[in-house]
Amino acid sequence: MEFLQQLINGLSLGAIYALIALGYTMVYGVLRFINFAHSDVFMVGAFAGFYLGRVLPAASFGGGLLVLFGAMVICAVLGVVIEKLAYRPLRGRSTLTVLITAIGVSLLLQNAGQLIFGANPKSFPKLFPQHNFTFGGMVLSSDQIAVFVVTIAILLGLHYIVMKTRIGTAMRALSFNPTAASLVGINNDMVISFTFALGSALAAAGGILYAINYPSIDPLMGTLPGLKAFVAAVLGGIGNIPGAALGGVLLGLIETLVVAMGGSTYRDAVAFAVLILILLVRPSGLLGKLQAEKV
Amino acid sequence: MLEIKELAVSYGAITALHGVSLSVKPGSIVTLIGGNGAGKTTTLRTVSGLLKPQAGEILYNGKSLVGLKPHRVVELGLSHVPEGRMVFANLTVHENLMMGAYLQRDKNLIRASFESVFATFPRLQEREQQVAGTLSGGEQQMLAIGRALMSRPKFLMMDEPSLGIAPLLVKTIFEKIVEINRTQGITILLVEQNANLALEISHFGYVLETGKIILSDNSAALRQNPQVKSAYLGGG
Ligand SMILES: Nc1ncnc2c1ncn2[C@@H]1O[C@H](COP(=O)(O)OP(=O)(O)OP(=O)(O)O)[C@@H](O)[C@H]1O
Ligand SMILES: [Mg+2]
Repeated sequence: MEFLQQLINGLSLGAIYALIALGYTMVYGVLRFINFAHSDVFMVGAFAGFYLGRVLPAASFGGGLLVLFGAMVICAVLGVVIEKLAYRPLRGRSTLTVLITAIGVSLLLQNAGQLIFGANPKSFPKLFPQHNFTFGGMVLSSDQIAVFVVTIAILLGLHYIVMKTRIGTAMRALSFNPTAASLVGINNDMVISFTFALGSALAAAGGILYAINYPSIDPLMGTLPGLKAFVAAVLGGIGNIPGAALGGVLLGLIETLVVAMGGSTYRDAVAFAVLILILLVRPSGLLGKLQAEKV
Repeated sequence: MLEIKELAVSYGAITALHGVSLSVKPGSIVTLIGGNGAGKTTTLRTVSGLLKPQAGEILYNGKSLVGLKPHRVVELGLSHVPEGRMVFANLTVHENLMMGAYLQRDKNLIRASFESVFATFPRLQEREQQVAGTLSGGEQQMLAIGRALMSRPKFLMMDEPSLGIAPLLVKTIFEKIVEINRTQGITILLVEQNANLALEISHFGYVLETGKIILSDNSAALRQNPQVKSAYLGGG
Protein backbone atom coordinates (compact mmCIF):
# COMPACT_ATOMS: atom_id res chain seq x y z
CA MET A 1 0.00 0.00 0.00
CA GLU A 2 2.79 2.35 0.94
CA PHE A 3 4.31 1.71 -2.46
CA LEU A 4 1.05 2.41 -4.27
CA GLN A 5 0.61 5.59 -2.26
CA GLN A 6 4.06 6.75 -3.31
CA LEU A 7 3.27 5.81 -6.88
CA ILE A 8 0.23 8.09 -6.85
CA ASN A 9 2.23 10.92 -5.29
CA GLY A 10 4.99 10.41 -7.84
CA LEU A 11 2.60 10.39 -10.74
CA SER A 12 0.93 13.60 -9.66
CA LEU A 13 4.27 15.35 -9.25
CA GLY A 14 5.38 13.88 -12.59
CA ALA A 15 2.25 15.15 -14.31
CA ILE A 16 3.18 18.69 -13.30
CA TYR A 17 6.76 18.28 -14.52
CA ALA A 18 5.35 16.92 -17.76
CA LEU A 19 3.16 19.98 -18.30
CA ILE A 20 6.12 22.32 -17.86
CA ALA A 21 8.52 20.12 -19.83
CA LEU A 22 6.21 20.23 -22.86
CA GLY A 23 6.70 23.99 -23.14
CA TYR A 24 10.48 23.67 -23.14
CA THR A 25 10.41 20.96 -25.74
CA MET A 26 7.91 22.61 -28.08
CA VAL A 27 9.81 25.90 -28.09
CA TYR A 28 13.05 24.00 -28.61
CA GLY A 29 11.37 22.24 -31.52
CA VAL A 30 10.62 25.45 -33.41
CA LEU A 31 13.47 27.73 -32.33
CA ARG A 32 16.24 25.36 -31.15
CA PHE A 33 16.90 27.09 -27.85
CA ILE A 34 15.98 26.57 -24.21
CA ASN A 35 13.56 29.22 -23.06
CA PHE A 36 14.81 29.73 -19.52
CA ALA A 37 12.02 32.20 -18.84
CA HIS A 38 9.55 29.34 -19.11
CA SER A 39 9.84 28.49 -15.41
CA ASP A 40 8.79 32.03 -14.55
CA VAL A 41 5.77 31.83 -16.81
CA PHE A 42 4.87 28.84 -14.64
CA MET A 43 5.17 31.14 -11.61
CA VAL A 44 3.00 33.81 -13.24
CA GLY A 45 0.45 31.08 -13.94
CA ALA A 46 0.28 30.25 -10.24
CA PHE A 47 -0.15 33.93 -9.33
CA ALA A 48 -2.79 34.41 -12.01
CA GLY A 49 -4.61 31.51 -10.37
CA PHE A 50 -4.13 33.11 -6.96
CA TYR A 51 -5.75 36.40 -7.98
CA LEU A 52 -8.44 34.86 -10.17
CA GLY A 53 -9.25 32.50 -7.31
CA ARG A 54 -10.21 35.54 -5.25
CA VAL A 55 -12.61 37.03 -7.72
CA LEU A 56 -14.07 33.91 -9.28
CA PRO A 57 -16.33 31.45 -7.47
CA ALA A 58 -13.65 29.10 -6.20
CA ALA A 59 -13.84 25.82 -4.28
CA SER A 60 -16.35 24.57 -6.78
CA PHE A 61 -15.53 22.29 -9.63
CA GLY A 62 -16.65 24.73 -12.33
CA GLY A 63 -15.05 27.70 -10.59
CA GLY A 64 -11.74 25.88 -10.30
CA LEU A 65 -11.74 25.07 -13.98
CA LEU A 66 -12.60 28.66 -14.82
CA VAL A 67 -9.61 29.88 -12.80
CA LEU A 68 -7.41 27.34 -14.53
CA PHE A 69 -8.61 28.40 -17.94
CA GLY A 70 -8.22 32.11 -17.14
CA ALA A 71 -4.63 31.61 -15.97
CA MET A 72 -3.84 29.63 -19.11
CA VAL A 73 -5.13 32.45 -21.29
CA ILE A 74 -3.15 35.07 -19.35
CA CYS A 75 0.07 33.08 -19.66
CA ALA A 76 -0.55 32.32 -23.33
CA VAL A 77 -0.67 36.07 -23.95
CA LEU A 78 2.43 36.59 -21.79
CA GLY A 79 4.31 33.92 -23.76
CA VAL A 80 3.43 35.54 -27.07
CA VAL A 81 4.49 38.97 -25.80
CA ILE A 82 7.82 37.65 -24.47
CA GLU A 83 8.56 35.99 -27.79
CA LYS A 84 7.64 39.07 -29.77
CA LEU A 85 9.60 41.57 -27.67
CA ALA A 86 12.62 39.55 -26.56
CA TYR A 87 13.26 36.69 -28.99
CA ARG A 88 11.90 37.74 -32.37
CA PRO A 89 14.33 40.66 -32.80
CA LEU A 90 17.14 38.12 -32.34
CA ARG A 91 16.01 35.79 -35.11
CA GLY A 92 19.04 34.54 -37.01
CA ARG A 93 21.45 35.43 -34.20
CA SER A 94 23.54 32.82 -32.43
CA THR A 95 21.85 30.48 -29.99
CA LEU A 96 24.05 31.82 -27.21
CA THR A 97 22.68 35.34 -27.69
CA VAL A 98 19.13 34.08 -27.41
CA LEU A 99 19.95 31.92 -24.38
CA ILE A 100 21.42 34.86 -22.51
CA THR A 101 18.37 36.92 -23.40
CA ALA A 102 16.15 34.14 -22.03
CA ILE A 103 18.01 34.28 -18.73
CA GLY A 104 17.51 38.05 -18.73
CA VAL A 105 13.77 37.66 -19.31
CA SER A 106 13.68 35.12 -16.49
CA LEU A 107 15.34 37.56 -14.08
CA LEU A 108 13.02 40.31 -15.23
CA LEU A 109 9.92 38.20 -14.53
CA GLN A 110 11.22 37.13 -11.11
CA ASN A 111 11.97 40.68 -10.05
CA ALA A 112 8.80 42.09 -11.53
CA GLY A 113 7.01 39.34 -9.62
CA GLN A 114 8.61 40.43 -6.35
CA LEU A 115 7.70 44.01 -7.07
CA ILE A 116 4.11 43.36 -8.02
CA PHE A 117 3.16 40.31 -5.94
CA GLY A 118 5.53 40.92 -3.01
CA ALA A 119 8.39 38.68 -1.99
CA ASN A 120 6.58 36.90 0.84
CA PRO A 121 5.07 33.49 0.16
CA LYS A 122 1.30 33.56 -0.23
CA SER A 123 -0.99 30.75 0.69
CA PHE A 124 -2.86 29.48 -2.33
CA PRO A 125 -6.67 29.34 -2.12
CA LYS A 126 -8.60 26.08 -2.41
CA LEU A 127 -9.78 26.03 -5.99
CA PHE A 128 -11.56 22.70 -6.00
CA PRO A 129 -13.92 21.14 -3.42
CA GLN A 130 -11.80 19.31 -0.85
CA HIS A 131 -12.29 15.64 -0.24
CA ASN A 132 -10.04 12.71 0.56
CA PHE A 133 -10.83 9.35 -0.95
CA THR A 134 -9.42 6.37 0.92
CA PHE A 135 -9.04 2.93 -0.58
CA GLY A 136 -7.77 0.48 1.99
CA GLY A 137 -5.22 2.74 3.58
CA MET A 138 -4.40 4.65 0.43
CA VAL A 139 -5.34 8.30 0.30
CA LEU A 140 -6.17 10.15 -2.88
CA SER A 141 -7.04 13.80 -2.43
CA SER A 142 -9.43 15.64 -4.72
CA ASP A 143 -6.56 17.94 -5.62
CA GLN A 144 -4.52 14.97 -6.79
CA ILE A 145 -7.48 13.77 -8.81
CA ALA A 146 -7.68 17.25 -10.33
CA VAL A 147 -4.02 16.94 -11.32
CA PHE A 148 -4.64 13.65 -13.09
CA VAL A 149 -7.86 14.65 -14.80
CA VAL A 150 -6.60 18.04 -15.94
CA THR A 151 -3.24 16.68 -17.10
CA ILE A 152 -4.78 13.84 -19.08
CA ALA A 153 -7.33 16.18 -20.66
CA ILE A 154 -4.57 18.62 -21.60
CA LEU A 155 -2.32 15.91 -23.02
CA LEU A 156 -5.17 14.56 -25.15
CA GLY A 157 -5.99 18.07 -26.34
CA LEU A 158 -2.36 18.75 -27.13
CA HIS A 159 -2.04 15.48 -29.01
CA TYR A 160 -5.05 16.45 -31.09
CA ILE A 161 -3.70 19.91 -31.83
CA VAL A 162 -0.22 18.74 -32.77
CA MET A 163 -1.20 15.69 -34.77
CA LYS A 164 -4.52 16.57 -36.36
CA THR A 165 -4.84 20.30 -36.94
CA ARG A 166 -3.42 22.50 -39.68
CA ILE A 167 -1.43 24.65 -37.27
CA GLY A 168 -0.13 21.62 -35.37
CA THR A 169 1.08 20.02 -38.58
CA ALA A 170 2.72 23.33 -39.46
CA MET A 171 4.51 23.24 -36.09
CA ARG A 172 5.92 19.83 -36.89
CA ALA A 173 6.87 20.91 -40.41
CA LEU A 174 8.59 24.05 -39.12
CA SER A 175 10.44 22.12 -36.47
CA PHE A 176 11.78 19.76 -39.14
CA ASN A 177 12.77 22.40 -41.68
CA PRO A 178 11.94 26.11 -41.28
CA THR A 179 13.09 26.98 -44.80
CA ALA A 180 10.85 24.40 -46.42
CA ALA A 181 8.02 25.48 -44.13
CA SER A 182 8.24 29.08 -45.30
CA LEU A 183 8.42 27.94 -48.93
CA VAL A 184 5.05 26.19 -48.70
CA GLY A 185 3.49 29.40 -47.42
CA ILE A 186 3.67 28.89 -43.66
CA ASN A 187 4.09 32.14 -41.77
CA ASN A 188 6.84 30.90 -39.46
CA ASP A 189 6.54 33.81 -37.03
CA MET A 190 2.86 33.10 -36.59
CA VAL A 191 3.48 29.43 -35.88
CA ILE A 192 6.23 30.33 -33.40
CA SER A 193 3.82 32.69 -31.60
CA PHE A 194 1.28 29.90 -31.45
CA THR A 195 3.87 27.53 -30.02
CA PHE A 196 4.73 30.01 -27.27
CA ALA A 197 1.04 30.48 -26.50
CA LEU A 198 0.51 26.76 -26.24
CA GLY A 199 3.62 26.07 -24.17
CA SER A 200 2.90 28.97 -21.82
CA ALA A 201 -0.70 27.87 -21.32
CA LEU A 202 0.55 24.43 -20.31
CA ALA A 203 3.02 26.04 -17.90
CA ALA A 204 0.14 27.99 -16.34
CA ALA A 205 -1.82 24.79 -15.86
CA GLY A 206 1.28 23.25 -14.31
CA GLY A 207 1.66 26.27 -12.02
CA ILE A 208 -1.87 26.00 -10.70
CA LEU A 209 -1.77 22.25 -10.24
CA TYR A 210 1.52 22.68 -8.41
CA ALA A 211 0.10 25.43 -6.22
CA ILE A 212 -2.98 23.48 -5.14
CA ASN A 213 -0.78 20.61 -3.99
CA TYR A 214 2.04 22.62 -2.42
CA PRO A 215 -0.08 25.42 -1.15
CA SER A 216 2.27 28.36 -0.89
CA ILE A 217 3.52 30.38 -3.81
CA ASP A 218 6.19 33.07 -4.24
CA PRO A 219 7.85 34.83 -7.17
CA LEU A 220 10.88 32.54 -7.12
CA MET A 221 8.86 29.35 -7.00
CA GLY A 222 9.46 28.59 -10.68
CA THR A 223 13.18 28.02 -10.48
CA LEU A 224 13.34 24.52 -9.08
CA PRO A 225 10.33 22.92 -10.78
CA GLY A 226 11.43 24.69 -13.97
CA LEU A 227 14.92 23.20 -13.81
CA LYS A 228 13.51 19.78 -13.06
CA ALA A 229 11.05 20.01 -15.93
CA PHE A 230 13.94 21.00 -18.17
CA VAL A 231 15.72 17.82 -17.05
CA ALA A 232 12.52 15.90 -17.80
CA ALA A 233 12.48 17.34 -21.33
CA VAL A 234 16.10 16.29 -21.85
CA LEU A 235 15.37 12.89 -20.36
CA GLY A 236 12.56 12.33 -22.86
CA GLY A 237 14.55 13.79 -25.75
CA ILE A 238 14.51 17.56 -26.18
CA GLY A 239 12.23 18.56 -29.05
CA ASN A 240 10.22 15.36 -28.73
CA ILE A 241 6.68 15.97 -27.45
CA PRO A 242 5.73 12.49 -26.19
CA GLY A 243 9.26 12.35 -24.75
CA ALA A 244 8.63 15.41 -22.58
CA ALA A 245 5.46 13.89 -21.15
CA LEU A 246 7.23 10.60 -20.48
CA GLY A 247 10.30 12.31 -19.02
CA GLY A 248 8.14 14.38 -16.67
CA VAL A 249 6.24 11.41 -15.33
CA LEU A 250 9.41 9.34 -14.91
CA LEU A 251 11.22 12.14 -13.12
CA GLY A 252 8.30 12.67 -10.75
CA LEU A 253 8.24 8.97 -9.96
CA ILE A 254 11.99 8.71 -9.44
CA GLU A 255 12.07 11.75 -7.20
CA THR A 256 9.18 10.53 -5.07
CA LEU A 257 10.58 7.02 -4.75
CA VAL A 258 14.00 8.29 -3.70
CA VAL A 259 12.36 10.43 -1.03
CA ALA A 260 10.19 7.50 0.09
CA MET A 261 13.27 5.33 0.47
CA GLY A 262 14.65 7.78 2.98
CA GLY A 263 16.58 10.03 0.66
CA SER A 264 14.61 13.19 1.25
CA THR A 265 17.86 15.13 1.66
CA TYR A 266 18.52 14.32 -1.98
CA ARG A 267 15.07 15.31 -3.26
CA ASP A 268 16.39 18.11 -5.43
CA ALA A 269 19.64 16.38 -6.34
CA VAL A 270 17.82 13.48 -7.96
CA ALA A 271 16.91 15.43 -11.06
CA PHE A 272 20.48 16.50 -11.64
CA ALA A 273 21.78 13.00 -11.14
CA VAL A 274 19.28 11.92 -13.79
CA LEU A 275 20.48 14.71 -16.08
CA ILE A 276 24.12 13.69 -15.77
CA LEU A 277 23.23 10.05 -16.27
CA ILE A 278 21.15 10.63 -19.38
CA LEU A 279 23.78 12.92 -20.90
CA LEU A 280 26.39 10.20 -20.35
CA VAL A 281 24.34 7.22 -21.44
CA ARG A 282 21.92 8.52 -24.02
CA PRO A 283 22.34 12.21 -24.77
CA SER A 284 19.53 12.22 -27.30
CA GLY A 285 17.07 11.26 -24.54
CA LEU A 286 14.76 8.30 -24.27
CA LEU A 287 12.63 9.05 -27.33
CA GLY A 288 14.88 11.51 -29.13
CA LYS A 289 16.77 10.76 -32.29
CA LEU A 290 20.50 11.21 -32.30
CA GLN A 291 21.55 14.21 -34.32
CA ALA A 292 24.47 16.51 -34.44
CA GLU A 293 23.51 19.85 -32.98
CA LYS A 294 25.06 23.09 -34.13
CA VAL A 295 25.14 25.62 -31.32
CA MET B 1 5.77 37.22 -66.07
CA LEU B 2 8.96 37.24 -64.02
CA GLU B 3 11.51 39.93 -64.60
CA ILE B 4 14.81 39.98 -62.71
CA LYS B 5 16.93 43.08 -63.18
CA GLU B 6 20.55 43.56 -62.15
CA LEU B 7 20.16 41.38 -59.08
CA ALA B 8 23.08 41.48 -56.64
CA VAL B 9 23.18 39.18 -53.63
CA SER B 10 25.93 38.44 -51.15
CA TYR B 11 26.50 36.23 -48.16
CA GLY B 12 28.43 38.45 -45.80
CA ALA B 13 31.66 39.25 -47.60
CA ILE B 14 31.07 36.76 -50.43
CA THR B 15 29.18 38.16 -53.39
CA ALA B 16 27.21 35.37 -55.06
CA LEU B 17 25.35 37.33 -57.73
CA HIS B 18 26.84 40.30 -59.57
CA GLY B 19 23.90 41.88 -61.37
CA VAL B 20 21.86 39.02 -62.81
CA SER B 21 19.08 39.87 -65.23
CA LEU B 22 16.65 37.42 -66.72
CA SER B 23 13.03 37.24 -67.75
CA VAL B 24 10.48 34.48 -68.03
CA LYS B 25 7.51 34.76 -70.39
CA PRO B 26 4.14 33.39 -69.29
CA GLY B 27 3.53 29.80 -70.33
CA SER B 28 7.17 29.02 -71.02
CA ILE B 29 9.80 26.78 -69.52
CA VAL B 30 13.00 28.71 -68.95
CA THR B 31 16.12 27.03 -67.71
CA LEU B 32 19.03 28.44 -65.78
CA ILE B 33 22.13 26.30 -66.15
CA GLY B 34 25.59 26.65 -64.69
CA GLY B 35 28.22 24.76 -62.74
CA ASN B 36 28.69 24.34 -59.01
CA GLY B 37 28.58 27.57 -57.10
CA ALA B 38 27.46 29.64 -60.09
CA GLY B 39 24.63 31.20 -58.10
CA LYS B 40 21.60 29.30 -59.40
CA THR B 41 20.21 28.40 -55.98
CA THR B 42 20.95 31.90 -54.72
CA THR B 43 18.87 33.33 -57.57
CA LEU B 44 15.83 31.19 -56.75
CA ARG B 45 16.14 31.75 -53.00
CA THR B 46 16.18 35.49 -53.57
CA VAL B 47 13.07 35.38 -55.72
CA SER B 48 11.34 33.36 -52.99
CA GLY B 49 12.22 35.91 -50.31
CA LEU B 50 14.64 33.69 -48.40
CA LEU B 51 17.49 36.07 -49.21
CA LYS B 52 17.51 39.84 -49.47
CA PRO B 53 19.23 41.36 -52.48
CA GLN B 54 21.81 44.14 -52.10
CA ALA B 55 20.60 45.67 -55.31
CA GLY B 56 18.34 45.02 -58.24
CA GLU B 57 14.69 44.36 -58.82
CA ILE B 58 12.44 41.33 -59.05
CA LEU B 59 9.11 41.96 -60.73
CA TYR B 60 6.32 39.41 -60.85
CA ASN B 61 3.55 40.55 -63.18
CA GLY B 62 4.86 44.06 -62.62
CA LYS B 63 4.79 43.80 -58.81
CA SER B 64 8.05 43.92 -56.87
CA LEU B 65 8.86 40.84 -54.79
CA VAL B 66 11.84 42.42 -53.06
CA GLY B 67 11.37 42.57 -49.29
CA LEU B 68 8.42 40.17 -49.21
CA LYS B 69 8.46 37.31 -46.73
CA PRO B 70 8.50 33.84 -48.35
CA HIS B 71 4.90 33.09 -47.42
CA ARG B 72 3.76 36.29 -49.12
CA VAL B 73 5.55 35.24 -52.29
CA VAL B 74 3.69 31.91 -52.21
CA GLU B 75 0.45 33.83 -51.75
CA LEU B 76 1.11 35.63 -55.04
CA GLY B 77 1.19 32.31 -56.92
CA LEU B 78 4.89 31.44 -56.99
CA SER B 79 6.05 28.10 -55.73
CA HIS B 80 9.57 26.78 -55.17
CA VAL B 81 10.80 23.18 -55.18
CA PRO B 82 14.02 23.63 -53.21
CA GLU B 83 17.39 22.07 -53.87
CA GLY B 84 17.72 18.80 -52.00
CA ARG B 85 13.93 18.34 -52.00
CA MET B 86 13.43 19.29 -48.33
CA VAL B 87 10.34 17.15 -47.86
CA PHE B 88 9.11 17.06 -44.27
CA ALA B 89 10.60 13.68 -43.44
CA ASN B 90 8.71 13.49 -40.14
CA LEU B 91 5.30 13.94 -41.80
CA THR B 92 3.33 11.53 -43.95
CA VAL B 93 2.99 12.03 -47.69
CA HIS B 94 -0.57 13.20 -47.09
CA GLU B 95 0.52 15.72 -44.45
CA ASN B 96 3.32 17.00 -46.71
CA LEU B 97 0.79 17.66 -49.44
CA MET B 98 -1.59 19.29 -46.96
CA MET B 99 1.24 21.64 -45.96
CA GLY B 100 1.71 22.45 -49.64
CA ALA B 101 -1.89 23.67 -49.58
CA TYR B 102 -1.30 25.61 -46.35
CA LEU B 103 -2.65 28.90 -47.69
CA GLN B 104 -5.58 27.27 -49.41
CA ARG B 105 -8.73 27.40 -47.27
CA ASP B 106 -11.23 26.07 -49.80
CA LYS B 107 -11.71 22.34 -49.08
CA ASN B 108 -12.99 21.63 -52.58
CA LEU B 109 -9.96 23.23 -54.16
CA ILE B 110 -7.67 21.23 -51.86
CA ARG B 111 -9.41 18.03 -52.89
CA ALA B 112 -9.03 19.00 -56.55
CA SER B 113 -5.32 19.67 -56.00
CA PHE B 114 -4.87 16.25 -54.40
CA GLU B 115 -6.55 14.62 -57.39
CA SER B 116 -4.44 16.52 -59.85
CA VAL B 117 -1.18 15.73 -58.01
CA PHE B 118 -2.11 12.06 -57.72
CA ALA B 119 -2.94 11.98 -61.42
CA THR B 120 0.55 13.30 -62.17
CA PHE B 121 2.31 11.11 -59.61
CA PRO B 122 0.21 7.98 -58.93
CA ARG B 123 3.03 6.67 -56.75
CA LEU B 124 2.28 9.35 -54.18
CA GLN B 125 -1.26 8.10 -53.82
CA GLU B 126 -0.01 4.57 -53.14
CA ARG B 127 2.25 5.97 -50.44
CA GLU B 128 -0.19 8.51 -49.04
CA GLN B 129 0.02 7.37 -45.41
CA GLN B 130 3.74 6.58 -45.47
CA VAL B 131 6.17 8.80 -43.56
CA ALA B 132 8.03 10.88 -46.15
CA GLY B 133 11.46 10.10 -44.66
CA THR B 134 11.04 6.49 -45.72
CA LEU B 135 10.41 7.30 -49.40
CA SER B 136 13.09 6.68 -52.01
CA GLY B 137 14.98 9.68 -53.39
CA GLY B 138 12.92 9.70 -56.56
CA GLU B 139 9.66 9.48 -54.64
CA GLN B 140 10.78 12.33 -52.41
CA GLN B 141 11.41 14.44 -55.51
CA MET B 142 7.91 13.65 -56.75
CA LEU B 143 6.59 14.62 -53.34
CA ALA B 144 8.55 17.87 -53.36
CA ILE B 145 7.08 18.76 -56.76
CA GLY B 146 3.62 17.59 -55.72
CA ARG B 147 3.81 19.65 -52.54
CA ALA B 148 4.76 22.74 -54.56
CA LEU B 149 1.80 22.14 -56.90
CA MET B 150 -0.65 21.95 -53.98
CA SER B 151 -0.55 25.73 -53.64
CA ARG B 152 -1.95 25.92 -57.20
CA PRO B 153 0.93 28.10 -58.41
CA LYS B 154 1.04 30.01 -61.65
CA PHE B 155 4.82 30.12 -61.54
CA LEU B 156 6.96 27.19 -60.46
CA MET B 157 10.67 27.29 -59.67
CA MET B 158 12.58 24.02 -59.49
CA ASP B 159 16.10 23.65 -58.18
CA GLU B 160 17.91 20.64 -59.65
CA PRO B 161 15.09 18.12 -59.68
CA SER B 162 17.49 15.57 -61.20
CA LEU B 163 19.93 15.73 -58.30
CA GLY B 164 20.82 12.30 -56.93
CA ILE B 165 18.17 10.41 -58.88
CA ALA B 166 18.58 7.36 -61.14
CA PRO B 167 18.75 8.33 -64.85
CA LEU B 168 15.58 6.46 -65.76
CA LEU B 169 13.59 8.29 -63.11
CA VAL B 170 15.13 11.61 -64.16
CA LYS B 171 13.59 11.09 -67.57
CA THR B 172 10.17 10.44 -66.03
CA ILE B 173 10.42 13.52 -63.86
CA PHE B 174 11.37 15.72 -66.81
CA GLU B 175 8.39 14.35 -68.73
CA LYS B 176 6.21 15.34 -65.80
CA ILE B 177 7.69 18.83 -65.82
CA VAL B 178 6.71 19.23 -69.46
CA GLU B 179 3.26 17.84 -68.69
CA ILE B 180 2.76 20.27 -65.81
CA ASN B 181 3.73 23.14 -68.09
CA ARG B 182 1.54 22.06 -71.03
CA THR B 183 -1.60 20.75 -69.40
CA GLN B 184 -1.77 22.99 -66.35
CA GLY B 185 -0.35 26.06 -68.03
CA ILE B 186 2.16 26.65 -65.23
CA THR B 187 5.17 28.76 -66.15
CA ILE B 188 8.42 27.12 -65.07
CA LEU B 189 11.89 28.36 -64.15
CA LEU B 190 14.10 25.29 -64.04
CA VAL B 191 17.56 25.30 -62.51
CA GLU B 192 19.74 22.41 -63.63
CA GLN B 193 23.26 21.10 -63.86
CA ASN B 194 22.00 18.48 -66.28
CA ALA B 195 22.13 20.98 -69.14
CA ASN B 196 21.39 18.42 -71.82
CA LEU B 197 17.97 17.48 -70.50
CA ALA B 198 17.12 20.96 -69.34
CA LEU B 199 17.79 22.49 -72.76
CA GLU B 200 15.81 19.69 -74.38
CA ILE B 201 12.57 20.47 -72.57
CA SER B 202 12.87 24.24 -72.19
CA HIS B 203 12.08 27.08 -74.57
CA PHE B 204 14.72 29.50 -73.46
CA GLY B 205 17.93 29.20 -71.48
CA TYR B 206 20.35 31.30 -69.48
CA VAL B 207 23.90 30.30 -68.61
CA LEU B 208 25.15 31.49 -65.26
CA GLU B 209 28.82 31.54 -64.35
CA THR B 210 30.22 32.89 -61.07
CA GLY B 211 27.26 35.12 -60.44
CA LYS B 212 26.88 36.53 -63.96
CA ILE B 213 24.73 35.60 -66.94
CA ILE B 214 27.23 34.87 -69.70
CA LEU B 215 24.86 33.60 -72.37
CA SER B 216 21.16 33.55 -73.14
CA ASP B 217 19.29 32.25 -76.14
CA ASN B 218 16.58 29.91 -77.34
CA SER B 219 17.27 26.50 -75.89
CA ALA B 220 17.65 24.93 -79.30
CA ALA B 221 20.28 27.51 -80.22
CA LEU B 222 22.10 27.12 -76.91
CA ARG B 223 22.42 23.41 -77.51
CA GLN B 224 24.33 24.16 -80.68
CA ASN B 225 26.48 26.82 -79.08
CA PRO B 226 30.10 25.62 -79.04
CA GLN B 227 30.81 27.27 -75.68
CA VAL B 228 27.83 25.55 -74.07
CA LYS B 229 28.69 22.28 -75.76
CA SER B 230 32.19 22.15 -74.40
CA ALA B 231 31.43 23.43 -70.92
CA TYR B 232 28.05 21.93 -70.11
CA LEU B 233 27.10 19.26 -72.59
CA GLY B 234 30.20 17.14 -72.14
CA GLY B 235 31.48 17.28 -75.69
CA GLY B 236 33.03 19.49 -78.32
N1 LIG C 1 24.85 30.17 -46.90
C1 LIG C 1 25.92 30.58 -47.60
N2 LIG C 1 26.91 31.24 -46.97
C2 LIG C 1 28.00 31.67 -47.66
N3 LIG C 1 28.17 31.48 -48.97
C3 LIG C 1 27.23 30.82 -49.65
C4 LIG C 1 26.06 30.32 -49.00
N4 LIG C 1 25.29 29.71 -49.92
C5 LIG C 1 25.94 29.81 -51.08
N5 LIG C 1 27.12 30.47 -50.93
C6 LIG C 1 28.08 30.80 -51.99
O1 LIG C 1 27.41 31.48 -53.02
C7 LIG C 1 27.84 31.03 -54.28
C8 LIG C 1 26.64 30.57 -55.09
O2 LIG C 1 26.05 29.45 -54.48
P1 LIG C 1 24.74 28.74 -55.03
O3 LIG C 1 24.33 27.75 -54.01
O4 LIG C 1 23.77 29.75 -55.43
O5 LIG C 1 25.30 27.97 -56.30
P2 LIG C 1 24.57 26.96 -57.28
O6 LIG C 1 24.70 27.51 -58.63
O7 LIG C 1 23.22 26.66 -56.80
O8 LIG C 1 25.50 25.67 -57.15
P3 LIG C 1 25.13 24.11 -57.13
O9 LIG C 1 24.89 23.72 -58.54
O10 LIG C 1 26.34 23.46 -56.58
O11 LIG C 1 23.92 23.95 -56.27
C9 LIG C 1 28.85 29.94 -54.02
O12 LIG C 1 30.12 30.50 -54.16
C10 LIG C 1 28.60 29.53 -52.61
O13 LIG C 1 29.79 29.10 -51.98
MG1 LIG D 1 22.33 24.99 -56.13
